[in-house]
Amino acid sequence: MYIEEIGWGFEMARSEKKTDIDIKQKLNVFIRDKFLLGNKGVILNDYDSFLDKGIIDSTGVLELVNYIEETFGIKIDDEELIPDNLDSLDKLTNFITKKIGYVSK
Amino acid sequence: MLVNEFLEKSVKRFPNKIALVSQNKRLTYIQIENAANSLANALIFYGLHKQDRAAIYLENSIESVISIFGILKASGIFVIINPQVKSKKLEYMLNDCQVKILITDTKHLEEISSIMPNCSHLKKVIIADENKHDNSLLYKFEDTLKYPITRPLNNSIDMDLASLIYTSGSTGNPKGVMLTHLNMVSAANSIIEYLENTNEDIILNCLPLSFDYGLYQILMTFKFGGTVVLERSFLYPYHIIDKVVKEKITGFPIVPTIVAILLKNKNLDKYDFSRLRYITSTAQVLPVKYIIQLQKIFPNTKIYSMYGLTECKRVTYLPPDELSRRPNSVGKAMPNVEIYLVNGQGEKIIKPGEIGELVVRGLNVMKGYWNLPEENAKKLRPGLYPGEKNLFTGDLFKMDDENYLYFVARKDNMIKTAGEIVSPKEVENILYEIDDIIEAGVVGVPDEILGHAIKAVIALKEDSKLTKEEIILYCSKNLEKFMVPKYIEIRKQLPKTSTGKISLKNFTKTLKI
Repeated sequence: MYIEEIGWGFEMARSEKKTDIDIKQKLNVFIRDKFLLGNKGVILNDYDSFLDKGIIDSTGVLELVNYIEETFGIKIDDEELIPDNLDSLDKLTNFITKKIGYVSK
Repeated sequence: MLVNEFLEKSVKRFPNKIALVSQNKRLTYIQIENAANSLANALIFYGLHKQDRAAIYLENSIESVISIFGILKASGIFVIINPQVKSKKLEYMLNDCQVKILITDTKHLEEISSIMPNCSHLKKVIIADENKHDNSLLYKFEDTLKYPITRPLNNSIDMDLASLIYTSGSTGNPKGVMLTHLNMVSAANSIIEYLENTNEDIILNCLPLSFDYGLYQILMTFKFGGTVVLERSFLYPYHIIDKVVKEKITGFPIVPTIVAILLKNKNLDKYDFSRLRYITSTAQVLPVKYIIQLQKIFPNTKIYSMYGLTECKRVTYLPPDELSRRPNSVGKAMPNVEIYLVNGQGEKIIKPGEIGELVVRGLNVMKGYWNLPEENAKKLRPGLYPGEKNLFTGDLFKMDDENYLYFVARKDNMIKTAGEIVSPKEVENILYEIDDIIEAGVVGVPDEILGHAIKAVIALKEDSKLTKEEIILYCSKNLEKFMVPKYIEIRKQLPKTSTGKISLKNFTKTLKI
């Protein structure tokens, strides 16, 4: 699914209960806004590697980590800064879902 | 000696030793030698002649390493282009040095396809991954491996060019630094000597091969018969830290921006870095506070602070045991290189502590810039002794009474950010392409992680609705990521000199970050 279809400009859900769709959409908005600068010409699939696509640089990863820690109220350990956890929207969503203890249905 | 002989001599000594670890694959010296020979035979068949240019426009990969040696074995000159480079600059470089064969991948094909008709010298494009495109110009990398593995006849001599390395130019266009085999072999010899490399060394390289610092990690490792672990980038820090531990890395070349990110990890002291023999840092001054922290985390690792420029690869290194005594110094001349400072009148400075421009003598000094006689006349000038030209670096230094150098400033206004040199002019040129921008100036502002961050100050047409985001977006479509301004300030007008020129000098004084 392309990000465009999920909807650019998505309003953050007010609900206390976080779902993985909810998480992915928040990440979507952040990445589009922060790293793609709202460039709608870039196709970013949920499974696309940020590294392959050249979307984030080293300082960008720090910003992404700060954002996740603040937004989802979790602490990311040094050992978790690996591509398996962070290198696509899907991987990020799985990682955060696990961290906050929500079991995806 | 020729650069390709780094590989060829090590194949004889260690045919079945692992030379390269990349993309989860482990390649022996003989595997790389055979693949590079096949590619060389293919390149010759495709029409690459002696001293023809062939470019590599790829991420760090097995194919990029094979390509370097394949091109050299075919008596060609290799040109590595930063995979972040956008089409317009790529077109400039391909035309500037008349690249005949380009090696790239599907991902980058898009950048190429729009400019290919404008590159009249380009005869063939080799695609390193799957090639689904129906175009007679395109060849598959894997098909080149079907050519014979016998080493082709190579009639290069060491005064022939081995590589052109593009570096930012103050005019905005990149300049191709011409390096002969002798230049590169000499630089590699000197560096290997002071780093005391042996064939037991295992080097981790996460720097791009388009950057000479990254490129030399491959060249030198192949020369001393070690192993190099090649990573795409430093993007995910723990991934790299994990590699250092698991691959038993002995040499880890980094830049101050990587040090800054590395030091943000709080638990570094719990890892076993006992195998790590040295860390090197160059490209920007390594702040003393980082040196102290590095020494704490890596107590058994030698830390080398170094200085160099693409035009001669490396100039100085600080012996690790001098680090506590002169932490602010970038060291002394590396072996087989002589350095001195000159004052504004071009006279050699004798008195310690006096500021002057650094001049370099050595076989590592480039042959010149490709096709830029005026630039060459400025940079390569008669020096200390009759009949030779020395490299005038454009960097101002002080020297102490034991010939250790201390960086003061650059003579030009180039910006150093995240280990890269950025020409303000190149960024300004892109900004001026935006209709609503009437004035633009670009400067570097201090940044804890990047060293300097790029800041653009601009003035817009009166009724313009252009936003900062739109400006950054345009820049990111047309510039490499590290050149895109981090900060934009919009002003009514820019400070100017009495003659009406935008003045960067006044500008930095009044700047707010």
